[in-house]
Amino acid sequence: MDFELTEDQKMIKEAAREFASERLAPKAQEFDEKEEIPRDLYKELAELGYMGMLMPEEYGGSGLDFISYILVMEEFARACAALQISLSVHNSLVCDAIFKFGTEEQKKKYLPKLTRGEFIGAYSLTEPQAGTDAGSIKTNAVLKGSNYLVNGTKTFVTNAGIADLFVLFVSTSPEAKSKGISCILIEKGLKGFKVGTKEKKMGIRGSDTREISFEDCLVPKENLIGEENKDFRIALELLDSGRIGVGAQAVGIAQSAMNEALKYSKERVQFGQPICNFQAIQFKLASMATQIEAARLLVHHAAWLKQNNIRCTKEASMAKLFASEAANYVVNEAVQIHGGYGYMKEYAVERYFRDARVTEIYEGTSEAQRMVISRDLLK
Amino acid sequence: MYLDKKYEDFRKEIREFAEKEIEPKAQEADEKAQFPYENIKKVAQLGLLGMVVPPEYSGTGIDTLKYAIAVEELSRVCGSTGITVAAHNSLAISPLYLFGSEEQKKKYIPPLAKGEKLGAFGLTEPDAGSDAGGTKTTAVLKGDSYVINGSKCFITNASVAETFVITAVTDKTKGTKGISSFVLEKGMKGFTVGKKENKMGIRGSDTATLHFEDLKVPRENLLGKEGEGFKQFLVTLDSGRISIGAMALGIAQGAFEKALKYAKETIQFEKPLIESQAIQFKLADMATQIEAARHLIYHAAFLEDRGQKYVKESAMAKLFASEIGRFVTYEAIQIFGEYGYSRRYPVERYLRDVKLCEIGEGTSEIQRLVIFRELIK
Repeated sequence: MDFELTEDQKMIKEAAREFASERLAPKAQEFDEKEEIPRDLYKELAELGYMGMLMPEEYGGSGLDFISYILVMEEFARACAALQISLSVHNSLVCDAIFKFGTEEQKKKYLPKLTRGEFIGAYSLTEPQAGTDAGSIKTNAVLKGSNYLVNGTKTFVTNAGIADLFVLFVSTSPEAKSKGISCILIEKGLKGFKVGTKEKKMGIRGSDTREISFEDCLVPKENLIGEENKDFRIALELLDSGRIGVGAQAVGIAQSAMNEALKYSKERVQFGQPICNFQAIQFKLASMATQIEAARLLVHHAAWLKQNNIRCTKEASMAKLFASEAANYVVNEAVQIHGGYGYMKEYAVERYFRDARVTEIYEGTSEAQRMVISRDLLK
Repeated sequence: MYLDKKYEDFRKEIREFAEKEIEPKAQEADEKAQFPYENIKKVAQLGLLGMVVPPEYSGTGIDTLKYAIAVEELSRVCGSTGITVAAHNSLAISPLYLFGSEEQKKKYIPPLAKGEKLGAFGLTEPDAGSDAGGTKTTAVLKGDSYVINGSKCFITNASVAETFVITAVTDKTKGTKGISSFVLEKGMKGFTVGKKENKMGIRGSDTATLHFEDLKVPRENLLGKEGEGFKQFLVTLDSGRISIGAMALGIAQGAFEKALKYAKETIQFEKPLIESQAIQFKLADMATQIEAARHLIYHAAFLEDRGQKYVKESAMAKLFASEIGRFVTYEAIQIFGEYGYSRRYPVERYLRDVKLCEIGEGTSEIQRLVIFRELIK
């Protein structure tokens, strides 16, 4: 484990911070209010290499190492968590699924489009009746000649309304449950594939979340990723990086909330002095900073393990669990330090508070993380 | 946490030693409030009483990360041994090494590093706890000697130590810049050690008061220059915090492992306790908090080893580790149920021991002050 970042990693972090503070932070409130992120922004992101961060250059990617990717995610989350999660799904779930498990043909066909930002990716595992119990998905795909016939419904799909390509988990052998799950690629516009209305959410409102459904939708057989009935492992493998990404998101949101609270406490005068002179406020800030520091170290360590191909399921879960809980604690205190102003939309902490909440829920709830961690302890 | 092999090998060595030699004596040290002399002798043989100084002063010269691991592993089985070693290294030897003249270093450090003598640090006074700048003990220069008057309290290793670093006011008009440090030796005329404190935890560790009555100390026993005492002890405490954090971490780790083992072995409702989700989630939380604490402590140690600034980080590490130490030991007792509350199992001792870590070497409140001061800069 090396606590020190390399020079490259420092530069990438710095560039991401600059871009995020210039281009994302000023827009974050608007994205939140309009519940939309303009497509043009994704083109700009693609030009800067942020749509293919983990992909090698031969597919148009920028070939970042995993730690660098996580650093970018934290920086983006500091500015706009909604855009960051959209990018996280596109990069670490969609591109990576195709790159790690797809055929050469699939890679050539889809990765350049994804890295150029012509295609935005979405990833769908969760179903109305299969949340934490993801192994019990019911959406099924039955092979008919050279096509799969897909039927079922997926819910809470990030990027659903703006995505061109979906990584979809289906049951190909229902009686085998989690051992009968396969992964297929579905392009937007196929007959029988319906994208539902946009979900109205508490936070990360700029990100586009919808239900998608399939009614006798025919998907070419060659769109299968990996092997039939064996690909719950894809979901499991991608979960580690997804969780580290959400951990980085939580750290980013928390850091911004803390920074805002610190700044506000220096400016806000009560009882004739800035409120940062009061120990009650000082101690809140000290505790917030300590939680963030611990969370960042856990996330960084999990990313380091991932990058070095060392199994990190427990560490990714710990990082995600700790960072998301720390973030929720921090945003709550940040609002508290702002008092009534913190409850108003003119201060960013109001949004951070709402945005942070989801980090304890998606990519596995805190309860699911504790299941993963305790399973590891039982070994 | 994933560490280089050299650190894991070191941990293994200390762990084996601690389980074999230290753990069997831990309960007795606690119950009889008896200083674990035998343990300390064995610890000395392993070089653990000279961890913060190089071989030229008879030390082992290991880095801060290894030092933290050593304190962690000793505390994992016996908090009293952990604090004794931490105080001796960080509070007695460190200031001598960092601020002493070459003569002072050669004279005082080797016997301490070899474990022939134990060291103690006298800073706290009855009316100067967190407000350590409020020191009342005075040192007045008369000819070639300082005459010291006053008293110190809650001094770890007080009645077992032979070499002491203490603070006293040499110039009342200068506030904290009028505080200086001195080296004292046991048996000096006018220097007495008071009654041993009866404590909640770390009962094997020796804690007592120091009294100075017209104690004449040769001028050459001044550590550094006059007026540098306040700055010196701040530096001493910055580094010392890492070891108290490591102590809390070790106690938490020990309690956690014992609770995990118990949960696997105990049958309730016709199945092992650990198959109940309520217990699983407790253990998952304990493990996660311990992991986070370990990162904070090792990161602070890493910064110190690199010569980078680590004031905020060591305060965070100590604050976090001691608070989760209390959480983890508390939950460990809960998992053991009534057995945990009884002295049949050591987890109740772990809770009593770890409470010290939220108080000693800067309370949690002081850590938060230190952290905030760094944030607002």
